Amino acid sequence: MTLLSVQNLTVRRGECPVVDAASLVIGPGECVGLIGPNGAGKTSLLRGALGLLTYEGTSSLAALSPKQRAAQAAWLPQTREIAWPMSVERIVALGRLPYLARGARLSPTDQTAVDAALTRMGLQNYRTRLATALSGGEQARVLIARTLAQDTPLLMADEPIAGLDPAAQIATLQVFKTLAQEGRAVLTSLHDLSLAGRYCTRLILLGAGRIIADGAPRDVLTPALLAEVFRLEAEVIDTPQGPIVQPLGVLT
Amino acid sequence: MKLFSALMVLTVAMFLASLFVGYAAISVPEGLSALFGRGNPLYVTIMQDIRLPRALLAAMVGVSLGLAGAAMQGFLRNPLAEPGLIGVSGSAALGAVIALQTGLAATFALALPITALSFAALAVGLILLLAGPRGSSLTLILAGIAVSAFAAALTSLTLNLSPNPYAASEIMFWMMGSVANRAMSHVWLALPIMTLGWIALAGLGRGLDALTLGEDAAEALGISLSRLRLQLLFGTAAAVGAATAMAGAVGFVGLVVPHILRRFAHGRPSTLLWASALGGAAMVLASDLTTRLVLPDRDLKLGVVMALIGAPLFLHLIYKTRREIA
Repeated sequence: MTLLSVQNLTVRRGECPVVDAASLVIGPGECVGLIGPNGAGKTSLLRGALGLLTYEGTSSLAALSPKQRAAQAAWLPQTREIAWPMSVERIVALGRLPYLARGARLSPTDQTAVDAALTRMGLQNYRTRLATALSGGEQARVLIARTLAQDTPLLMADEPIAGLDPAAQIATLQVFKTLAQEGRAVLTSLHDLSLAGRYCTRLILLGAGRIIADGAPRDVLTPALLAEVFRLEAEVIDTPQGPIVQPLGVLT
Repeated sequence: MKLFSALMVLTVAMFLASLFVGYAAISVPEGLSALFGRGNPLYVTIMQDIRLPRALLAAMVGVSLGLAGAAMQGFLRNPLAEPGLIGVSGSAALGAVIALQTGLAATFALALPITALSFAALAVGLILLLAGPRGSSLTLILAGIAVSAFAAALTSLTLNLSPNPYAASEIMFWMMGSVANRAMSHVWLALPIMTLGWIALAGLGRGLDALTLGEDAAEALGISLSRLRLQLLFGTAAAVGAATAMAGAVGFVGLVVPHILRRFAHGRPSTLLWASALGGAAMVLASDLTTRLVLPDRDLKLGVVMALIGAPLFLHLIYKTRREIA
């Protein structure tokens, strides 16, 4: 069983391919980290796989109708937007939208999903607060809770932990790891290589639109690949908690 | 639910006041029986042919503008958006002005609103052509601004070339907006078009709720943005085009009403849609009442009163929310 199957996905910006013939398959139980330097095509790969961009090739998600896709995969965009002064609970409840009939109220199932999402992200005491009045990091957690409330087999997130404090970063990735252990799957782009190595079951390394490496964290986080793709001189230290990447300098 | 009852009571109260307050002093029981065609024939004429269409049109114009304003703000995620933004009202006004200028308006009773409506439809076609059916919201606004500016220029040109001052002043007065001296035939022409527009706009709730999280997130929540945009454009054109054709340019309703009610709707765009529809009706009815109560014999224009009430209200809101904005 697969939750996402992408074959030869190419996304072009003008003539130039920003994602170049990428293929990947994600199954239940996986927490996949998408890493790569700025402009490597991480966001385009994720959006292309969802069918939010014009693409060539095939993607199992993009082939679905918008409604079916919303029940299959939740998507957390990089741009965090909360347009109106709504309470945290109402924002999180927007994740239930694909399951609601027109004009219907939240069913007990919906409410349970919202409560569970709030609890997972540690937002129980924020329910009635106005989401727009929260700090940037807190808003990010609210929006992650919104995707959790969507309760889909696959969660796709674009740099979900950027701008979060260290504890919130670890807590969020722990939530993702737990989701995977529960039999769902997560595909998330990340910039913190150490955290990616520690919490992901698998890493996909993207460089200039191509998938350079795809495998267990320890096989992807090698000094040679980091040098090749990130132009980074780095030491990879093995610890009981997983590899730690210590950047030492920039290669020129 | 509390919000719904409160707005409903307010709107019904304003509607009744609009029926029973006027130049001719008709008591409530007399007015009621006259409304159903009984009693003094003069009163029957006043109630059925003057006050009822006026009150109905005021309410319908208010619903259209309030609904379209809330929808436009929700779609663009901007509290400064208003239904006139996409150029429909400007084009409808241009159509009306041309009808007045050429004398077409005098040929048969509904010539003016029909010309205005055709111009509104033309504007939507032009915007679709400019922005493309799949265009982003930015191209939609820019196309709207272009069409608005062009319509405004042509309106000025028509005034400019107006052969006599009477035609010019007639045009000026029409553009100030009013629901006075309208007949039931106006209601029957506008109602089906507006109803289509209301249905289209009222169906936007889900999509607008999802758009709170941005276009990408909304699409991933199963919303088809291109369909949403078309539905918004069509709904606004029908509702606002018909409103402008009937009552002239009545500003501020679509901007101020959603702004006032947003807090009471807990910020939810879908709740704000119907709340603004009712609120808009109450506000236009109240403004029309004001034109009759203040200076009843000077034919005060609805659009003027609207702006006179709306602008200070808006200032007050800004004053109150400036701490949140800062």
